[in-house]
Amino acid sequence: MMELFLKILVAVPTTLLVTLASFALGAVIALPLVAARRSRFMLVRGVGKAIIDVLRGVPPIVFIFVIFFGIGADLIRWEPLPAAILGLGLISAGHLSEIYRGGLMSVHAGQYEASAALGLTGTATFAQVIGPQAFRVAIPGMVTWLISLLKDSSIVSTIGVVEIMFVANQSARSSADGLMPFVIAGAVYIALGTPLAVLSRWLEKKLSFGRSA
Amino acid sequence: MELLTEWLSWSPRLLEGLWVSVQVTLLALLIGVPLGLGLAVLSGVRNRAVKWIVIVYVEIGRGMPAIVMLQMVYFGLPDVGIVLTSYSATVVALALTTSAYTSEIIRAGLRAVPEGELEAAAALGLKQWDTLRYIVAPQGLRIALPTLLGFSILILQVSSLAFTLGLPELLSQAYSIGAATFKYLSVLTLAGVMYLIITVPGGWLVEGFEKRMSKHLA
Repeated sequence: MMELFLKILVAVPTTLLVTLASFALGAVIALPLVAARRSRFMLVRGVGKAIIDVLRGVPPIVFIFVIFFGIGADLIRWEPLPAAILGLGLISAGHLSEIYRGGLMSVHAGQYEASAALGLTGTATFAQVIGPQAFRVAIPGMVTWLISLLKDSSIVSTIGVVEIMFVANQSARSSADGLMPFVIAGAVYIALGTPLAVLSRWLEKKLSFGRSA
Repeated sequence: MELLTEWLSWSPRLLEGLWVSVQVTLLALLIGVPLGLGLAVLSGVRNRAVKWIVIVYVEIGRGMPAIVMLQMVYFGLPDVGIVLTSYSATVVALALTTSAYTSEIIRAGLRAVPEGELEAAAALGLKQWDTLRYIVAPQGLRIALPTLLGFSILILQVSSLAFTLGLPELLSQAYSIGAATFKYLSVLTLAGVMYLIITVPGGWLVEGFEKRMSKHLA
């Protein structure tokens, strides 16, 4: 039991690596997506929306299989880890872009008008006026997504990334005890996710309080 | 052209798989949502012990990745003498996950029913059960409906994880066609498209619902 626990614990860094790397990748790719979604041109808006719909509408495991087995067999050979990070990163981009958009929409139109009246350039308006306010609204949603991503990272065990779920599955198959590995794995995920959930709730309270003040 | 004939020849098998995906999703919702409603109501009772049990159940159900739940039910439960087929294991695991998530969704819906409704019910001398049955539940569930619908679409996506139990759902079918033909990219893309055909219009429906509801509230 202790041995099993340690074996699973050793895989925690990989789970965290997959989660954080794909979150970072998604946070960056989401920027052009949200820009496309708010573009002046209808065609660009449509393409942006279509990409986001596909990223969010295909089950993550299918998406990762397409990247790992599909593109992996036909075009370039992947190691499981980069394929996992790319797959979850793209899915994150789809979700995060919608969260960013919600943040942007919450910024009052008067802020744009005031920036224009002050003669700020478009870049300055976004970097110094709109961006910070939108980001503040988006943060709790982003943390919520991070929690989902932590749990979703378990599916990359299916393409052979040696993270928590992979170790649990292997242990269950190779030993007489089929139940314990999953109980421990579940407990570890909850232990990792709970502080994030607390953080999310705290941020939500703190940030909304700051706005009304 | 070749792609099209390929896709056409695979379609029957994939559609068969999609039908299995839809079945387990619907069954899980059919069992899980009423359970979720029950949990939502129980979380409102005064008894501390009951409240805590509900909280622990919900937190475990939501904190555990669905794939862990699926594999635990299928590979783990035989250890304690419960042996399920991959089909029923999927339904059970997804129903458990559904109950935990929907209890929170429904709880939020029930709480959104205006206080005045409760006071009016009390003033009319309605019993607690009748208040719930005729006043709070119908309105609360209506408020929760768009979110529940969105969650149902999510569960269809999650059902693809039953691939790991060997359930012949859409992804399993696509994968085994891929293994036989080595045309993974093509067949997996088609599987993805089939999911999209349900999830994207489903998403529009949810958006439409939300808009209509917020108009009603404003």
